[in-house]
Amino acid sequence: MSVLPYVVAVWVCVIGLIGIVTSRNFIHLAICLTLTQSSTYVLLLAVGYVHGGGPPIFKGVKLGTTAVDPVLQSLALTDIVVSVTVLALILALALDVQKQAGTDDPDEVHELSG
Amino acid sequence: MTRRARLWLFAPAVAGFGALLVWAVAGLPDFGSTEHRYGYLINHVALPERHMTNAVTALVFDYRGFDTLGEEFILFAAVTGIVLLLRQHERERGRGQSDSTHSDVIRVLGILAVGVGVLIGLWLVAFGFVTPGGGFQGGVAVASGVVLVYLAADYRAWSRVGRLGVLEPLEGIGAGGYVVLGLAALVSGAAFLTNMLGPGVAGTVWSGGSAALVNWFAALEVAAANLLLFREFLEEYIVPLHGRGS
Repeated sequence: MSVLPYVVAVWVCVIGLIGIVTSRNFIHLAICLTLTQSSTYVLLLAVGYVHGGGPPIFKGVKLGTTAVDPVLQSLALTDIVVSVTVLALILALALDVQKQAGTDDPDEVHELSG
Repeated sequence: MTRRARLWLFAPAVAGFGALLVWAVAGLPDFGSTEHRYGYLINHVALPERHMTNAVTALVFDYRGFDTLGEEFILFAAVTGIVLLLRQHERERGRGQSDSTHSDVIRVLGILAVGVGVLIGLWLVAFGFVTPGGGFQGGVAVASGVVLVYLAADYRAWSRVGRLGVLEPLEGIGAGGYVVLGLAALVSGAAFLTNMLGPGVAGTVWSGGSAALVNWFAALEVAAANLLLFREFLEEYIVPLHGRGS
């Protein structure tokens, strides 16, 4: 079962993709896209995990103590904050489409005017 | 393309993609079995070399500071995009209606929560190189604290706090300051974003050198960006509501 956490990441990614393609609502679509993006965090953190490792913080812990990988944590951390902003940008676009086309179903928007 | 045809096309594609991904991750080292070299190295040198006890923040604002600069500008660009998109809508300006909280309990606890939230945020930023925290997390916490002003009081109180004249310059200073610190290192003859000013005292708020300033600028950028976001969406939602005379 040593690859199970990685497979979970794949699962989350694929579920998000299925959600995007079958979506009937822009907000639902945006959330599915974020879900797919979040699968990368699961993968990154799973890759960085070390059995018996503590947090990579050496305040009150002896230097050299086994710790999980800080590189992958830092990658996930900055991206979580940025992804929220990007999600907000997509929602703003959805709001704009809703105002211009009068619908929030991606299938009913055939052509977008500027 | 009809919806049906799209799903028929998508089904084999996603099945194949999923299978390829599983095949790919099956070849990774067993879960938890490996200490990867770069992370191992950072875990062992961040404290002796930079006097930072939090290896994650050391990576974010020092060792990989240039990468974080890129992330920051994604944030900046996204917020700029949101502002551009939302502000083109005509907004009816309606003032005078009240949406204030009538419960004294919510008011009192809410205002307390604003203070606590902002304080926790600043603490997360200040001790970013020591204990879990850093500019990104702290910035979000500060912004969440300030947003509570709207929950605890009303739109009018919030619009006094979340003024454009304050938020926009702060966001600019946050993003610009990061670059200026990078350039300052260049001018001094070192590489872009080289940590200067000495490593400081490990385990205290005075650790981190110039990366501590980078940390504060990032916190400013993240907090102002999130508040600006909240402001734009709230304007979109609440100003027409006010205009209708609810």
